[in-house]
Amino acid sequence: MMRSGMRNQRKKWFSLNLKNRREQKTAACSCGRTSTGCRAGEPPEPKDGFEQVFDVKMGRRSAFKKLTASLLTGAGLVNTTCSVTAGKTAREKAQIGWDELFKGNYKLMTDAEKKATVERLVRAYQLRTGKTIHMSAKNAESDVLFGYAFNISKCRGYMDCVAACVKENNQDRKSQMQYIRIHEMKDGKGFSFNEADDNYYHEVPAAGHFYMGTQCFHCDNPPCVKVCPVQATWQEADGLVVVDYDWCIGCRYCMAACPYDGRRFNWSKPEVPEEAVNKNQHYLGNRLRKKGVMEKCTFCIQRSRAGKNPACVDACPTGARVFGNLLDPNSTIRWVLENKKVFRLKEDLGTEPKFWYYTD
Amino acid sequence: MSRLKVFLSLVKDSLDTTTKGSKQYHLWMAFLTLVMLIGMYCYGVQLKRGLSATGMTDRVSWGLYISNFTFLVGVAAAAVMLVMPTYILKDLDFKRAVLIGEGVAVAALIMCLAFVIADMGGPDVLWHMIPGIGVFNFPRSMLTWDVLVLNGYLFLNMSIPFYILFKHYQGKEPKAAFYVPGALISVFWAVGIHLVTAFLYQGLQSRPFWNNALLGPRFLASAFAAGPALIILVLALIRTHTAFKIADKTIRKLAMVVTVAAQINLIMLISELFKEFYAPTHHSESAYYLFFGLGHKGALLPWIWTSISLNVIATTALTFHKLRNNFKVLYLACLILFFAIWVEKGFGLIVPGFIPGPYGKIVEYTPTAIEIGVTLGIWALGAFVFVILCKTAIKIETGQLRFKG
Repeated sequence: MMRSGMRNQRKKWFSLNLKNRREQKTAACSCGRTSTGCRAGEPPEPKDGFEQVFDVKMGRRSAFKKLTASLLTGAGLVNTTCSVTAGKTAREKAQIGWDELFKGNYKLMTDAEKKATVERLVRAYQLRTGKTIHMSAKNAESDVLFGYAFNISKCRGYMDCVAACVKENNQDRKSQMQYIRIHEMKDGKGFSFNEADDNYYHEVPAAGHFYMGTQCFHCDNPPCVKVCPVQATWQEADGLVVVDYDWCIGCRYCMAACPYDGRRFNWSKPEVPEEAVNKNQHYLGNRLRKKGVMEKCTFCIQRSRAGKNPACVDACPTGARVFGNLLDPNSTIRWVLENKKVFRLKEDLGTEPKFWYYTD
Repeated sequence: MSRLKVFLSLVKDSLDTTTKGSKQYHLWMAFLTLVMLIGMYCYGVQLKRGLSATGMTDRVSWGLYISNFTFLVGVAAAAVMLVMPTYILKDLDFKRAVLIGEGVAVAALIMCLAFVIADMGGPDVLWHMIPGIGVFNFPRSMLTWDVLVLNGYLFLNMSIPFYILFKHYQGKEPKAAFYVPGALISVFWAVGIHLVTAFLYQGLQSRPFWNNALLGPRFLASAFAAGPALIILVLALIRTHTAFKIADKTIRKLAMVVTVAAQINLIMLISELFKEFYAPTHHSESAYYLFFGLGHKGALLPWIWTSISLNVIATTALTFHKLRNNFKVLYLACLILFFAIWVEKGFGLIVPGFIPGPYGKIVEYTPTAIEIGVTLGIWALGAFVFVILCKTAIKIETGQLRFKG
């Protein structure tokens, strides 16, 4: 309904080609190029997100929205916001809380709205801790499609990637949430995941074993995105599958739909010690999460969109991890795809992961 | 204006009716209230601590709540087995029972919605799902379909009986032309709610245990066995405890429905077992876990084998006319069948879908006391709603409650 039409044109997975014809007619892209030519995926018109979808007047809509939800949660906040006695900081906090409560889905926001919510979040953190974080709302760049390759021959199971990932992405320390799982497999048994150990605590590399890492594969045909009832998770133009933590309702349908164990849920309030918080953040990436929402690997969107490698790639001491732009013919990832015998997991499911495995 | 007056009087009269009754009735309602309060307390704990208060984890991310939700959708759908004969096939034997059936559907649907909300990580942002002010991922997400069909079915099952009772309350005959189209829609809708709920699971290529074409039809078969079985039990209670007369013939016909559905359900079970175990593949592992356990992990074994044994016993008992026509046997068989299918649809369907995990990891699931408390609370809520609805309906239908305007 409201997904960007241009994604469909470079669809590679198998599906009945019934819808495509209709969408080609309607989905003229704002970039001016024909729909087949546009691969950039810039947001179409700088229009309010809800307007794009429902074409309802802003005033009535937001009024209705606020009215409905204030009955449920907002009463206390209204009180503080409107109060003359409350302190200036308290009022500002309440105002931010109020605006944050009723903001829309990030996917449908204009750049101005994205900037506004990011500013609010930065200010809220400032008010709460006195410290300043940097939060980005950088959009996908054109002609970028991120891909990842994993060298099974090189991985020794050190799990430096896991540690770096947790640190970089502000994951809950209490429940020891980890996006990456390293599976320790026995030599001579092939890829028998069910006999593998993904929770080992012994010295590595263990004799007679090899290692294989899994995380979110950022599928090109992601089943998790399809099932989300509120479009709180979606695929960005550069291929990253992201979650709007503030829009997620926590139904965990995406988790059931993911064939790769790529998603994590905040079963309780995530805790990151203040001194350990990575303050270089992205709205769709490693900003602090809350209880009851999904999260996942974003290929470190805060780094990858700034031209850096994901933390796991940089942390790997053996060079088993390769990351880059699939659309750049000179990138290492393209070299790997073109020169190595690559394969992907569960290809029969038609999910088209952008995560390849290879051996030396 | 006069309609409003009648309506207000009906509300007043029904409040009056539901707050008066025998000592037994008051005790029962007090008990339900107590269980609901305990459930609310448990839910409060869950809200505070997050879903970590439940036994669910990243490995088994749906549990008792979604299991009960799935089962109750079936119970709700079963009202169609009374609605169709009464309103469409004009079978007068069902006429008196149909309102009870619709009451069961309403109560079951309210429980369904409560279970879904209990399972949400962010119940405060559920407005994100309201079309118009949120984003409703329709038609791509099956969950949005489910929201639509469940609420639609709830509306149908509230409005039709309400219209009929509202007319009877005034001593008038309801106009068939007015409610029969609604009843007709609700027949298809009932099949829809359960099929859509099955599609919720069936459409996930990541879970081979659910991703099979038989899931939807089997949902329907088990629903049309468990639902009418519950309705038979309820009718039996109503027959003995109130002045509302339910003919033996009605119960016998319903028993026939239960029997046929239970038989079909067993046939489908055999078909499933054959497929999983004659030529087992990598995809049969969940079934192996469910029926035989994997390694040392087999928490579901006692449940599923109890369920299957009870299922077979009840279905066999129902199959013989002589046994089925003996009401004592019938009621017992219905009770056993209801429990057996609850276990089968609950523990036996949702949990094994997650075990083993996507990479073969076997992590088991055990509900916590908090989770069980919330679940019992929601069941009590359903029973409470049903008793209130029925009490008024029966009073009106027996002519004891009339508009005195």
